[in-house]
Amino acid sequence: MILTALFFYLFATVTIGAAFMVITARNPVHAVLFLILAFVNSAGLFMLAGAEFLALLLIVVYVGAVAVLFLFVVMMLDVDFAELRAGFLDYLPVGGVIGLIVLAELLIVLGSWVVAPGAIGDPVQPIPDMDKVSNIRALGDLLYTRYVFFFQIAGMVLLVAMIGAIVLTLHHKDKARRQNIGAQIARNPASAIEVVKDVKPGQGL
Amino acid sequence: MQQNEQGFETEYKLMDQFIDTYVIPGAIMIAQSLLLLVAVLVSTAILIYAERKIWAAVHMRRGPNVVGPWGVMQPFADFLKFLLKEPVIPASASKIVFVIGPLVSVTLALAAWAVIPVNQNWVVADVNIGILYIFAVSSLGVYGVIMAGWASNSKYAFLAALRSAAQMVSYEVSIGFVIITVLLCVGSLNLTEIVLSQRDGAGTMLGLSPSFLDWHWLALFPMFVIFFISALAETNRAPFDLPEAESELVAGYTVEYSSSLFLLQFLTELVAVLAMSAITVVLFLGGWLPPLQIAPFTWVPGVVWFLAKLWSVVFMFSMVKAIVPRYRYDQLMRLGWKVFLPISLFMVFATALVLQLTGWAA
Repeated sequence: MILTALFFYLFATVTIGAAFMVITARNPVHAVLFLILAFVNSAGLFMLAGAEFLALLLIVVYVGAVAVLFLFVVMMLDVDFAELRAGFLDYLPVGGVIGLIVLAELLIVLGSWVVAPGAIGDPVQPIPDMDKVSNIRALGDLLYTRYVFFFQIAGMVLLVAMIGAIVLTLHHKDKARRQNIGAQIARNPASAIEVVKDVKPGQGL
Repeated sequence: MQQNEQGFETEYKLMDQFIDTYVIPGAIMIAQSLLLLVAVLVSTAILIYAERKIWAAVHMRRGPNVVGPWGVMQPFADFLKFLLKEPVIPASASKIVFVIGPLVSVTLALAAWAVIPVNQNWVVADVNIGILYIFAVSSLGVYGVIMAGWASNSKYAFLAALRSAAQMVSYEVSIGFVIITVLLCVGSLNLTEIVLSQRDGAGTMLGLSPSFLDWHWLALFPMFVIFFISALAETNRAPFDLPEAESELVAGYTVEYSSSLFLLQFLTELVAVLAMSAITVVLFLGGWLPPLQIAPFTWVPGVVWFLAKLWSVVFMFSMVKAIVPRYRYDQLMRLGWKVFLPISLFMVFATALVLQLTGWAA
C-alpha cells in the first residue's frame, strides 16, 4: 500500500506540474510536450486505480495519435506567443471564473459522495467485481452488448462529422494532373524506353 | 523489559514483512531486467555485424573484415568510437529537448521487451494486457523521432521528423487491426497465452499432430504479411526508411547528432527491429514452441527455438533492406491507407464472422 501511495503522489505531482507548465511554457512546442507528459502521468494514475485498459488506451489514442497530430500542427504554425500572451490579464477574470465554477462542481460531486455514499453510483468500485471480470471483458460487455445501439449511433455521428470535414475541404480541380497508379505500374521497358538514334556500340554519338 | 522485547519483536516482524513483500521481489525483478537488458544489447551488437555481413554478401562485397577475426569486433570498435568522440550540440538547437529525444527513444524501445516471453514463464512482467502495452509503447516511439528532429533546428531533421510522424501514425492503424485479428483468435491479451494458444490450430483441425502448421502464420497468412511490412514501416526500416533517407535528407532526424547521443539513436533502431521481430514470433510463429511436437525437437529448450525464429525474422528484415529499393513518400502513404487499412479492416470482420459462425471463438 505504501508503494501505491508513493506512486500516486509521484504521478499526481508530475501531472499537476506538467499541466501548469502547459499554460506557462514560452515555447508552444514545449507546451505540447508538457501536455503529453501530463497525459502519460494520468495514464499512470488510471493504472493505479486498476483501470489498466483505460490507461493504455489513453496512451495509444491520445498520446500516440491525437497529440502527435497536435504537435505536428503546432510545429508547422508560426505562432507568436508573446502576442497571444499580451491579453493575458484582460482574460484572467473570465478564465478564473470558469475555473472556479469547474472546481466548485467537482467539489459538490465529491462532497455529496462523502456525505451520502448512496446518492450517486460509487465511483471507486467498478460495477462487476474486478477479481471476477477483467477490465477489458467488463468494458466489452457494456459497450458492445448492453449499449450496442448507443455505440453504433456514436459511430454514425463520427462518420457524419468525418464526411462533413471532407466535404468542407474537398476542392475538385479540373486542370490538376492526376496520378494514374495503374498506368504507372503497367509501364514496361518496351513502352517506356525509346531509341532516339541508332548508335553502334563503342562508337559514341 | 517484557514490553520492550515485544516491541522489538513486532518491529522485527514488520521489517521481515517489508523485506518479503518489497525488497526480495524488487531485487529479483531488477536482476531479471538487467539480464534481459544485457541479452538485448549483446543481440544488438551481433545484429550490427550480421546485418553488415548479410548486405555485403548480397552486394558481393566483403563487409567488415578488419577488426578482430572476420571483423567480428567491428560493433565494439564502433561502440568505442561513438563513446569517445566529442558530443556536439548545435548552438541553435533546443538543448534540453535535443538530449531528451534520443533518451526517450531508447527507453521506449527497451521497455517493450519487459512483456515479451522468451520461454514458458521466462518473462519480466507477465501482465494481462501485454500486447496492448507493446502497442502503447511502440506508438510512443514516434516522440523520440519528432523531438530529435524538431530540436535539431535543421530543415533536413525537421522534414524527417514530419515524415516519420505521418508514417508511424499511418502504419500503427494497420498494426492495430492485425493485432485485433490475432486477439480474436486467442481471446486474451496476455503474450504467454497468445503463444500457448498456438499449440493447436489449422494443423490439428485437419487431424495432424501439433506442428508448425498450427501457428497463426498459416491461418492468418495475409495478416502475417501485412504485419511484417507494417513492422518495417513502424521501425523506419528500408524500404520505408524515408525519415533518414540518406540520398535526400542526408541522414534525416539523426543529422545533427554525434557521439553517444547518435549511438542511442542507432541503438534504438536496432533494438526496435529486434523487438518487432520478437513480437512477430510471438504473434505468428508460435513463440518458443518447437516446430514438431516429437522427440528430438522437444528436447531442445524453448528459448533456443525462440531465438532461432527471432533471428530468421531479423534475417528477413536485413534481406529486405539489401534487396528492395526505397519507396516514394506518396507510395508509402497509398500503401498504408488505401491497401493495408481496407484489407486489415476486412480481415478483422471476416475473422470475427468465421469465429462466430463456426463456434471456434474462445
